[in-house]
Amino acid sequence: MRNLAAMLSARRGRGKPDWTDWLSYAYLLLGLVLMFFPVLWLVLSSFKSAAALNEFPPQLLPYGQKTVEVAGHEAPLPLYRVTLPDGAVRELAEVRRIGIQATLIDPAAPEQEYKVNIRDRKPVREFRLALGNYTEIFNKFSFGTFLWNSVFITVVATLITLLFNAMAAFALSKYRFAGRDTVFLLIISTLMIPPTIILVPNFLVVSQLGLLNSLWGVIWPAVATPTGVFLLRQYMLTIPDELIEAARMDHASEWRIFWRIVMPLSAPALAVLAIFSVMWRWNDFLWPLIVLSRTEKFTLQLALNAFQGELTTEWHYLLAMTVITLVPVTLVFAFLQKHITTGIAASGVK
Amino acid sequence: MSPARHPLLGLPATAAAAALNAIDPPMRALQRLLGVPRIGWMFVAPNLAILGLFTFLPIVVNFFFAVSGGVQLYPWERPFTGAENLQTLFDCENYLDPMSCRKDLFWRSIYNTAEFALLQVGLMVAFALVTALVLNRKILGRGFFRGVFFYPVLLSPVVVALIWKWVLQREGVLNAVLAAAGTSPVGWLSDASWAFFWCVFVSIWAHMGFYTLILLAGLQAIPADLYEAAEMDGASPWRRFSRLTLPLLMPNLIVVLVLGLIRAVQVFDEVFVLTGGGPGSATTFIVQFIYQTAFAEAIHQYGLAAAASLVLAVSLLALTLVQLRITRRNLAGRAGRDNA
Amino acid sequence: MHVICRNVALAGIASLAVSAGAFAGEIRVACYSDGNECEVTQDLAKRFEAQNPDVKVAIDKVPYKAILEQLPVQLAAGEGPDIARVTDLGGLAKYYLDITPYVKDPKYWEANFGQTLGWMRPSPTDKGIYGMMTQLTITGPYVNKTLFEQANVPLPGPQATWDQWVEASKKVAKATQVPFAVAFDRSGHRFAGPAISMGAKYFDAKGNLVVDDGYKAMAKKLYDWNRDGTMPKEVWGGVGGSTYKDAFEEFANGRVVMYLSGSWQIRRMDTQIGKNFDWIAVPNPCGPAACTGIPGGAAFVALKRTKNPKDVGRFLDYLASEPVYAEYMARTENIPANTAVAKKGVDYKISPQAKAALTVFVAEVPKLSPVAYQIQGYRLNRAIFNPTAARLGQAVAGEMSLDDALKRINSDIDEQVKAAAK
Repeated sequence: MRNLAAMLSARRGRGKPDWTDWLSYAYLLLGLVLMFFPVLWLVLSSFKSAAALNEFPPQLLPYGQKTVEVAGHEAPLPLYRVTLPDGAVRELAEVRRIGIQATLIDPAAPEQEYKVNIRDRKPVREFRLALGNYTEIFNKFSFGTFLWNSVFITVVATLITLLFNAMAAFALSKYRFAGRDTVFLLIISTLMIPPTIILVPNFLVVSQLGLLNSLWGVIWPAVATPTGVFLLRQYMLTIPDELIEAARMDHASEWRIFWRIVMPLSAPALAVLAIFSVMWRWNDFLWPLIVLSRTEKFTLQLALNAFQGELTTEWHYLLAMTVITLVPVTLVFAFLQKHITTGIAASGVK
Repeated sequence: MSPARHPLLGLPATAAAAALNAIDPPMRALQRLLGVPRIGWMFVAPNLAILGLFTFLPIVVNFFFAVSGGVQLYPWERPFTGAENLQTLFDCENYLDPMSCRKDLFWRSIYNTAEFALLQVGLMVAFALVTALVLNRKILGRGFFRGVFFYPVLLSPVVVALIWKWVLQREGVLNAVLAAAGTSPVGWLSDASWAFFWCVFVSIWAHMGFYTLILLAGLQAIPADLYEAAEMDGASPWRRFSRLTLPLLMPNLIVVLVLGLIRAVQVFDEVFVLTGGGPGSATTFIVQFIYQTAFAEAIHQYGLAAAASLVLAVSLLALTLVQLRITRRNLAGRAGRDNA
Repeated sequence: MHVICRNVALAGIASLAVSAGAFAGEIRVACYSDGNECEVTQDLAKRFEAQNPDVKVAIDKVPYKAILEQLPVQLAAGEGPDIARVTDLGGLAKYYLDITPYVKDPKYWEANFGQTLGWMRPSPTDKGIYGMMTQLTITGPYVNKTLFEQANVPLPGPQATWDQWVEASKKVAKATQVPFAVAFDRSGHRFAGPAISMGAKYFDAKGNLVVDDGYKAMAKKLYDWNRDGTMPKEVWGGVGGSTYKDAFEEFANGRVVMYLSGSWQIRRMDTQIGKNFDWIAVPNPCGPAACTGIPGGAAFVALKRTKNPKDVGRFLDYLASEPVYAEYMARTENIPANTAVAKKGVDYKISPQAKAALTVFVAEVPKLSPVAYQIQGYRLNRAIFNPTAARLGQAVAGEMSLDDALKRINSDIDEQVKAAAK
């Protein structure tokens, strides 16, 4: 209890809250709103129906129009709050609408019809989640395929990345061979090469290898990440050479040393790289855009981009797709945040 | 629990272990052949092979594209044109006025990119520094707030762009807030200056957290007793910052500045989805110009795009060399001071 | 090391199998929908498969953007489907396959698709059959009749000029507090209709593309209307390059009184606007030279790289047959390109609004100017359509003056035509 109180009143060290403390909290709160609110707004909007999305100004929560069953009509009729010519305001159900005139009836007394100008009626609404947005995209847009493609690419590419990068980092940190430094410099220099520079030639290489429109065409070019090699090498440098020497004296092969000793010891760095790789592959956009042109091969990001042009009047589907696309990354963030942040700190500081 | 005993991963782990154990004998053979030091090449080979095939080879092929013309995709079908593509790009009466150039879009995109990079990096590093300073204090929930700023970094550029496109729509929530406050709604993305502003803003929003973390790590590496000593000597907060914090943070700041610049010059994904380069060409940046010239126009001018990409590569190389220079001089300077 | 070799080999083999696309008896069709064309095609394909058990037809539904941007690159790399639904008929002609030897009766094709077959031929003297028009489209305006009624402004008559229509729409917009009077899709193809009405000839005496006074007059109108708020700047000035952008959303949300688009939007209007307000199609407004729109449409074209040309021919033959084509038209609510079907009339099962709109568009066909047919059939029409959108868009966005934009359009045309000739 005392600790909690101490923590709650932790200050700049003076004992009293200082104006800089209030400023700091205000800044952080502003940051919280700016960073989270847009995402929150996206999620809220994704549960609204298409009609609700077209409204301006938009409501905060998702609403749908109330409907009512009336005897003699098959489908439920939409409910409106109507201002009648005599000034009375009633809740009536709309039967049909032609031009600027709407015909409404009282659900309790369905025989009498009221003809009202469409300007004099307002829909009656209730809180309703348009879950159809989420379910329909799987039917209409083969969303499941896109999800599978993204997952496949991410998982496979991450596994291969971990293996190849660890091997390279091991070589660059624990061996002294002629040309080692050149190789290291070469690998790091690729960081400076923007992917667009090699877009067209890369496209040619991939198409000659027969990897166009294949998920492998997205995976293979992406697995030799220089950042990954850099990160792992930094970490492996801290592994004491004596361990390796001892293993060599026990007649262990180099591969065994790599696999049995160095890899397990590098687990923290490998975990960080794994998280990065998942993030990179899940979010890849430009390269898959070039390589994959068959819809059934699209990843989630490509599908989003393709549909944002097509569905400008169907934001409700687009928003639902966007939310689904950002869920995995959010989960990674929520559970593994500590690893990511320490990993970046470690690699950035050096 | 070892992977092999894990209930879910047990089987694949054992299978993987078996596979990797099977690699051992061939590796041992290679080892005997090459000797221990040179086995390093074996380990680095797969990575190098991928880089060679998908990075270095394309760079070489890119040169061929840059010196060829026509609309064919295969380099061997393209007529050799020498420096014609570069000449087309640099064909200007007045280099400062894009409208006097033959490829006005190329020059416009260059100036846009320069303006964007300077603005975005400057503002982003400033905000990252302030945020890192704030987060460095003893505050409640520091880990939580650190995560808050970092969250947008994890989102993909398409998602980031769509989130903000939705907010900035004519009938979006920003205009709704403004309408409630009494001002009339603005077409945010259909005005050239505002579209540019929002590109900078969204880019900062999406990347600031990453650099904040780097700076925060740098700040936390500064020993606290240095500050205490300075306080006891009567140094004001500003003096403590400018004479103590800033110099010690300088290596990190340089890293952040250069990394940020390199990324800012290559901006494409978010902007492409957010504004498509519009309105007009107000937010068309160099990478989009390259993409458009090669892929999006009806007549694909691969050669021109390759030439433009060479210009970009050279600029980036120059930037990185400058960074190396500054870091080396900075470190030498520090070493000099430390030894004095 | 050999792990990698094996993986690469496996990957190569696996992907070759996939990307080669067709096994014996399988054809892939890349299809984009204006409304529901791909769903209907899929349905018809299943029936075709039932009748021809040795052929499998796989329909790839892709967004329009993919057809515009990615299909040409695929085809250049020797990849791609066996059949594709495309709109740039002339531009991709070098990739087409002549299916004359594979169809049952070439004379049937000549008789019923004669006019439009020419659009897909690489040269005027060629006589091959390269594909089938899935629709005949005409550009033309839609109008929000409800707003006209609310504002008490009478609809201009069939011979009204563009200026008269815009005047009327402005009055309506003011009275009903709608933000914009007119909107055009951001497309050089859409622009061409009014331009030709204003006197643009698009071709000079030698048959080269030219920016003449009629074109400039229409460009000035477009520019002025955008600058003074008659048209929404976001559409033409809101995106970059020659990106296509339609103003459907503006019209569907009741923010625009009059919207120049085309007959392919009818189904979309029906589904997404429905009864929200009265939308009607009106005849193309007039200019000094004509009252015309531009014909067009998407066609299923046969591609050279296919490994099953016989099956491609059979499938296209099936789709082109009268009963199947008539059903296709009825379900997709399109104007038929097959003259036999057009003569018999199509039994559209659609809402009265859609039927009325279709009738108006069909009546526009005889009024099309010969220049319209010429520019639509020209192989390199993209060389002028794309810069029209890009440069006028830049002018509208305020980046350059209209004169500069027109000069740039000229230089863009020259550059693209030269590049295409290499």
